[in-house]
Amino acid sequence: MKSFKVLGSGCKNCVNTAKLIEEKAKALGVEVQIEKVTDMAAILGYGVMSTPGVVMDGKVIHAGGVPTPDKVAGWLRD
Amino acid sequence: MFEVFTRLADWTTYDVLALDHGTKLADAVNFFTEDTTKIFVLLVSIVFVMGLFRTMLSPEKVRGYMEGRSHGAGYVLAVILGAVTPFCSCSSVPLFIGFLEGGIPVGVTMAFLITSPLVNEVAVAILGSIMGWKMTAIYVATGMAVGVLGGLLIDRFHMERHVEDYVWKIRMGVAAGQDIDNSLRGRVDYAWGEVREIVGRIWLYVIVGIGIGAALHGYVPQELFARYASADNPFAVPVAVLMGLPLYSNATGIIPVAEALIAKGVPIGTVIAFMMSVVAISPPEFIMLRKVLKPPMLVFFAVFLTIAFIAVGYLLNALFL
Repeated sequence: MKSFKVLGSGCKNCVNTAKLIEEKAKALGVEVQIEKVTDMAAILGYGVMSTPGVVMDGKVIHAGGVPTPDKVAGWLRD
Repeated sequence: MFEVFTRLADWTTYDVLALDHGTKLADAVNFFTEDTTKIFVLLVSIVFVMGLFRTMLSPEKVRGYMEGRSHGAGYVLAVILGAVTPFCSCSSVPLFIGFLEGGIPVGVTMAFLITSPLVNEVAVAILGSIMGWKMTAIYVATGMAVGVLGGLLIDRFHMERHVEDYVWKIRMGVAAGQDIDNSLRGRVDYAWGEVREIVGRIWLYVIVGIGIGAALHGYVPQELFARYASADNPFAVPVAVLMGLPLYSNATGIIPVAEALIAKGVPIGTVIAFMMSVVAISPPEFIMLRKVLKPPMLVFFAVFLTIAFIAVGYLLNALFL
């Protein structure tokens, strides 16, 4: 099981990012756990300033915008 | 090079829709068609090409460049980098905290935040192609000057005491480097991603802006502007700025409105003051900044920008009449 954290202030792009990961995971049959992180101290703690950012299994893999569906699929397949 | 859009608009208006020359509807439709095609073609090509070369800077990189600079160099760098770094306004808060945590002064950080929405490379290219390079140069120079001045005053009045206390306690982690695919395929994918992201974010502002511009162009008589918005009316500039405060648009979206206003004979200073007021200040931005700024600094920020834009309007009207 992969654990994802979506970093963002709760803006539309952040919600879309979380939804995208969830949908892709379902489509690929990968079990995931998604958590939205809105606390600024926690977001910056990951070294991310441009939201939305994505953390997979504790590592920052994306920052600054909604990731492309292909990119998300790539994370899920690894 | 841009004549093709004029021809396309003429063809659509007079041949396809068979509207009569000189009617209000024809003028509005013509304006709408020309601006929509031209702006979207420019928007997509500029963002794509910039994405291809990965010249888009991330706020994380900018923070790295600005750490440890002297104040003077910091301001200049802040407004230049502010102009070329795209970031979603929902990132203003983490960006603000991240800059401060990196030891970048509050004034320099605010100079970056003021300039970033006002001036960006996409808006500059579109402004240049629609309104000419003179107006574009004036717009860019005044936008950056307002950013530097705002930052200097914020430092001068020691506004850092009006930053929320928790901000100073946040410690920023080091992000692990993301893998960057530098092959041609990787670059093209990245550039398309940028196009989708940026066009997806601003297309509605652009369409609304063009719609308003077209309506002004076709339906509002020139005499109306001559009577109320000419340089003879000393209240025109402050009224334009105050009207712009509650409105929000992206810098690209406001260009067609400005284009129509200039064509109606509204003086350049009044138009630029209005554009800046619409783009730089908006209620949602203030609600967001309230998370990091205490009310006195927020009030100072709003009052400073209002006065600065009014001053820009008067100054340019005086210089260019």
